[in-house]
Amino acid sequence: MAESSFQGGVHPDYNKESTSTLAIVEMPLPQKVVVPMQQHIGAPCELLADVEEIGKGCEVKVGQKLGDNKGFVSAPVHAPISGTVTDIGPYNHPLGMKIKAVTIESDGRDEWAENIKPAGQLEDLSPDDIRKIVREAGIVGLGGATFPAHVKLSPPEDKPIDVVIINGAECEPYLTADHRVMLEKAEEIIFGLKAMMKALNASEGIIGVEDNKPDALKQMERLVGEEENIRVCSLPTKYPQGAEKMLIYATTGRVVPAGDLPMEVGIVNHNVGTAVAITRAIKEGKPLVERVLTVTGSGINKPANLQVRLGTLVSEILEYCGGISDYTLKLVIGGPLMGLAQPNADVPVIKGTSGILALTDEDVYLAESSPCIRCAKCVAVCPMNLMPTSIAQAAEHGDFKRAEKLYALDCFECGCCSFICPSKIPLVQWIRIGKNEIMKRKNK
Amino acid sequence: MVINEKLIVSSSPHIRSVESVQSVMIDVLIALFPAALMAVLLFGYRALMTIIIAVVSAMLVEAVWRRKRDIFSDGSAAVTGLLLALTLPAAVPWWLVAAGSASAIIIGKQVFGGIGYNIFNPALVGRAILVVSWGAHMAGDIWPSPQPFAFGFDVATVTGATVLAAPEMAVTFSLPELFIGNIAGSLGETSALALLIGGVWLVYKGHIDYRIPGGFIGTVFVMGLLFGGGFYGNIFTTGLFHVFAGGVMIGAIFMATDFVTTPVTPAGRLIFGIGCGLITMLIRLWGTLPEGVTFAILLMNAVTPIIDNFTIPRQFGGVRKSA
Repeated sequence: MAESSFQGGVHPDYNKESTSTLAIVEMPLPQKVVVPMQQHIGAPCELLADVEEIGKGCEVKVGQKLGDNKGFVSAPVHAPISGTVTDIGPYNHPLGMKIKAVTIESDGRDEWAENIKPAGQLEDLSPDDIRKIVREAGIVGLGGATFPAHVKLSPPEDKPIDVVIINGAECEPYLTADHRVMLEKAEEIIFGLKAMMKALNASEGIIGVEDNKPDALKQMERLVGEEENIRVCSLPTKYPQGAEKMLIYATTGRVVPAGDLPMEVGIVNHNVGTAVAITRAIKEGKPLVERVLTVTGSGINKPANLQVRLGTLVSEILEYCGGISDYTLKLVIGGPLMGLAQPNADVPVIKGTSGILALTDEDVYLAESSPCIRCAKCVAVCPMNLMPTSIAQAAEHGDFKRAEKLYALDCFECGCCSFICPSKIPLVQWIRIGKNEIMKRKNK
Repeated sequence: MVINEKLIVSSSPHIRSVESVQSVMIDVLIALFPAALMAVLLFGYRALMTIIIAVVSAMLVEAVWRRKRDIFSDGSAAVTGLLLALTLPAAVPWWLVAAGSASAIIIGKQVFGGIGYNIFNPALVGRAILVVSWGAHMAGDIWPSPQPFAFGFDVATVTGATVLAAPEMAVTFSLPELFIGNIAGSLGETSALALLIGGVWLVYKGHIDYRIPGGFIGTVFVMGLLFGGGFYGNIFTTGLFHVFAGGVMIGAIFMATDFVTTPVTPAGRLIFGIGCGLITMLIRLWGTLPEGVTFAILLMNAVTPIIDNFTIPRQFGGVRKSA
């Protein structure tokens, strides 16, 4: 029962052809990794005492916990390779700031920590066991939001969850990592989904995939087969189909109230990669130390879908992919519509890094903006049914009360408005400024 | 490894659609082509000259005002000039055409700050100024009757009243004639067919919202049906008469859908269209002027900000789920 899709949205050039047929390649172990203490939404990790005491020179093994925080909304980080700690201190972070990180020089042996062992059969695990495993494995939303996964698996008692949705929409152009994961790791996705359904006592599982990935749809459908309580849902290809609220509406017809979380309507959403990570944590006992990402864009010489250890430097990955073209204008971590432009490649892969894009003037459209002609195309494409041009104008004029009245805080910054604007006005960018300012004033 | 030292760091999104103000304006010009072609087929070389003078003088005036060498620029001046030309009678003197274009660009648009800042539809401002300044050339019995495919005829020799000014004459034209446009009237307003072709294409391209022409034309039809007195056959055909006669089609499809001067909200656009239809019919049926499209749209332009303010759409999820 495919529900009607959300209102609005855009159809950018998807540019997925150069990597969608490339199997995931495991990148050779990096020489060194940089592990930031914050790779998730929530409280940052504190370095564990055993590493802190020895400091530089401390020997670590793969999967050994490096940092943690007692706060509920947080996720520990682990050593992605075995080797020696060579530095502890602030390091470039994809978010554009410097954050405390542990640098590990590889010993090339890839020795796993002794405590890594399978957790047992899913049937023998209680919901609490599953939550604990997911938390200890440091699993966060791998689609890019990096919200700690165990938090979503621990809804308050008055908010029962009946549906778990696995997000395989991958609506961002260029990215094909989730597509490949669905083709190559479908069993693990389904196992992870079952584990989540068990943890939440949910009766239904849905796997949502955009219909521009017919092979992934087929693969998921084949493996779901006769499972009674799991179904695969084909979604119309339209950005931002993979946005939480849009995905929930398209697969179940339920509308998440403005300002609320999906659990309000009995739903928990997880990315396909997150499902795989949960499976690994249960079946092999492995914490989250690696992920699949897409390296692509016109500036990349050899595009690829790579499985890399977390903390691998982007510069090392670009080198592995044959370097980047001199015409590269933007180096983006994530997708082209919501990703973060980087000033250089000396930045590590973190848990939420779904792609690395080298965009040239073939991909990036640079233009001066001109006055708004009130064509209202931004209003037509906004998936949240907002008036981007009016909010942006209010923010530009410093009238943040009006911006808030126009529901600025409901904007989730998908960027459809800026994408479609014929006057090339940085609409979502102004709205971001407006949101920041509104929040600042609220917190005063 | 070489990393370009001039990487651009800016906040997302990093890709943009290729559509620009210029490409949208070119699409509008293309949409107006059938109507312009019909104008030339019906009214001959005078129509062609009027169109050329209006478009070129609009572009020139704008370029001079902005001190820019790029004559075509974003294309909006060409659209204004063409729209103005299509609302003029074929027999107007050529200096009047240029005066209309200059008024449209300067008073209609540039004094407000240029594209995006004007309150009133520039082409209609130009037309309104011509109507009140040189009424003898713009109203009365000066409307040339068309001579299809007679390119060289001098329109000035065959004039008459429009069907709106002289209802007793209207009944001599059949509905299909009204629809195709073989009647006296402004250059581009007579052929509903040609205008519809352009309108359908603009809706298909996503440039205009069907709500404005839908609300406008629907209201004119209903008002014509209810209050038109059934003089044109029966009440139903009288409703259609009011839709196809005069400037309703060009106004609804091309003037009331002008981006800058009309609401941006979906509900606001419907209200705007209905308002235009209502005022048009109030003027036609109970006013002293035979036609009311120009002033209907200009009046609605004035209340556009108010309409927008009262029709802010509810955000997704703004209504609590009932289940």
